[in-house]
Amino acid sequence: MLRVQNLTKVFNHNTVNERVALDNVSLTLDAGDFVTVIGGNGAGKSTLLNCVAGLYPPDAGSIFIDDANVTRLPEYKRAAYLGRVFQDPMMGTAADMNIEENLALAYRRGRPRGLRWGITAPERVLYRQMLETLDLGLETRMQSKVGLLSGGQRQALTLLMATLHKPRLLLLDEHTAALDPKTAKKVLELSDRFIQDGNLTTMMVTHNMRDAIRHGNRLIMMSGGSIAVDVSGEEKARLTVEDLLKMFEQARGTEEEIPDRMILG
Amino acid sequence: MDILAYFASLNPMNLASALPGNIAQGVIWGIMALGVYITFRLLDFADLTVDGSFATGGAVTVVLVLAGVPAPAALLAAVLAGMLAGLVTGLLHTLLGIPGILAGILTQISLWSVNLLILDGANKAVNVGKYALVVSLRNVGSSIVVALCIAAVLVVLLYWYFGTEQGSAIRATGANPNMVRAQGIHTDTTLILGLMISNALVGISGSLIAQSQNYADLQMGTGSIVIGLASMIIGEVLFGKRNFFLRFLSMVLGAITYRIIIALVLKMGMPSDDLKLFTAITVVFALSLPKIKGLINGRLRPRKGGM
Repeated sequence: MLRVQNLTKVFNHNTVNERVALDNVSLTLDAGDFVTVIGGNGAGKSTLLNCVAGLYPPDAGSIFIDDANVTRLPEYKRAAYLGRVFQDPMMGTAADMNIEENLALAYRRGRPRGLRWGITAPERVLYRQMLETLDLGLETRMQSKVGLLSGGQRQALTLLMATLHKPRLLLLDEHTAALDPKTAKKVLELSDRFIQDGNLTTMMVTHNMRDAIRHGNRLIMMSGGSIAVDVSGEEKARLTVEDLLKMFEQARGTEEEIPDRMILG
Repeated sequence: MDILAYFASLNPMNLASALPGNIAQGVIWGIMALGVYITFRLLDFADLTVDGSFATGGAVTVVLVLAGVPAPAALLAAVLAGMLAGLVTGLLHTLLGIPGILAGILTQISLWSVNLLILDGANKAVNVGKYALVVSLRNVGSSIVVALCIAAVLVVLLYWYFGTEQGSAIRATGANPNMVRAQGIHTDTTLILGLMISNALVGISGSLIAQSQNYADLQMGTGSIVIGLASMIIGEVLFGKRNFFLRFLSMVLGAITYRIIIALVLKMGMPSDDLKLFTAITVVFALSLPKIKGLINGRLRPRKGGM
């Protein structure tokens, strides 16, 4: 479903601030895989996700989605394959537009946008049904500006927008990091449900080791721009935070400090 | 008291006789305000092209009419000229990465020379007796009707367009470009489209102003962005921004109100040389209103929590 081959990304090339964010990373996701990606600050997890999403081109390597080479495809064209939820709840929706307008924009992802009316009546019925499944009461507020919603509601809406049409790949970029623990849990449960119901191939970046262990069928730990740990299936199911810390130390050597944010939470 | 005495001394008939002309001008400037609203509010792009494209609209119209082209066709040419100006600013910004405000200024400055070439001089008059014009202040009554019809058609067209898939994409671009790209919309394209539509409206406005005053000159666009902004803000404050159709309509109403206010201040004895300063101060005041309100509230209300 997703094939990343020998991906390298260097920021600030040939300056004192040069930083290798991705160092020859290769990764293959099968259809239906739900991979959690964990790692400290600067480990390269967000860079990997952003390269897959097409925010910037890699310096070397290639990216395939469904055997289509998308390495040089700009972000807006690649969007046809992807559903994305961001860390910042403000980022995934247009605050000045109402709920149904936001959904209608997402509904037309990957389709030509012409001079037909922006929202049709059958769409409204569909949106209402889908909003009901969120169980947040948003189905009665379809004409409300998204800016009036809470962070958790906005993330839930973004999640719905990302999966309105089944994406080839769902990218969740620390999408619960900005929420309070209770809301974060709710949004995560919702994500799990969407992913299971739609059998979505998913990459979820997180800072939280417990979340990374609890969700998905495969776990990747990144460090220094490469994949340090890659466990899946039975092994992943039995994983504990202690195991993960040990693996991290083995992979990187004990001298590297593990960020507190990764252990706590 | 002075002001009251002054108003008492005014001749109401005098004021009333000037009113229709101001209303006609206001409606035409309202079309310009529609353009400013699209860039400034919908696209969140402060487009300074308009000072140039306004005069271009006027210049193109007058020169074509003088060459024997029917006035409505010359008006359409002004639309195309405005779109072209918007396209240039859009390309400067998206293709070459020039900051938005600077891209607009650059186009505006180049249009000065372009307008000089079009007009072949600093100004050109068109005699309404010799040529059939769409509007003219010599015939105020019919000018108001025609201008109102054009403005009404444009408001309806804009309401329709910004409700379509394409128009929604343009609106979303101003609201959240990141989200828009993630939904598969090319933000460069939508921005350029918005700029073209905006400057087309400005071109129409320039064309109609040139026709109404029976001449076009290089200076006619100078400061028009500020007049457009003033009209837009007055429209928003007085006529609200509840639904989308009303928002477009309020731009035209705001421009008419602005014209009437200007006529009043001029009648009250303000030198017309101070007009631009007056307009600028109005815009500064109106744009800073949210901040001023915040400051006042912050002072008067006790703050919650520590610090």
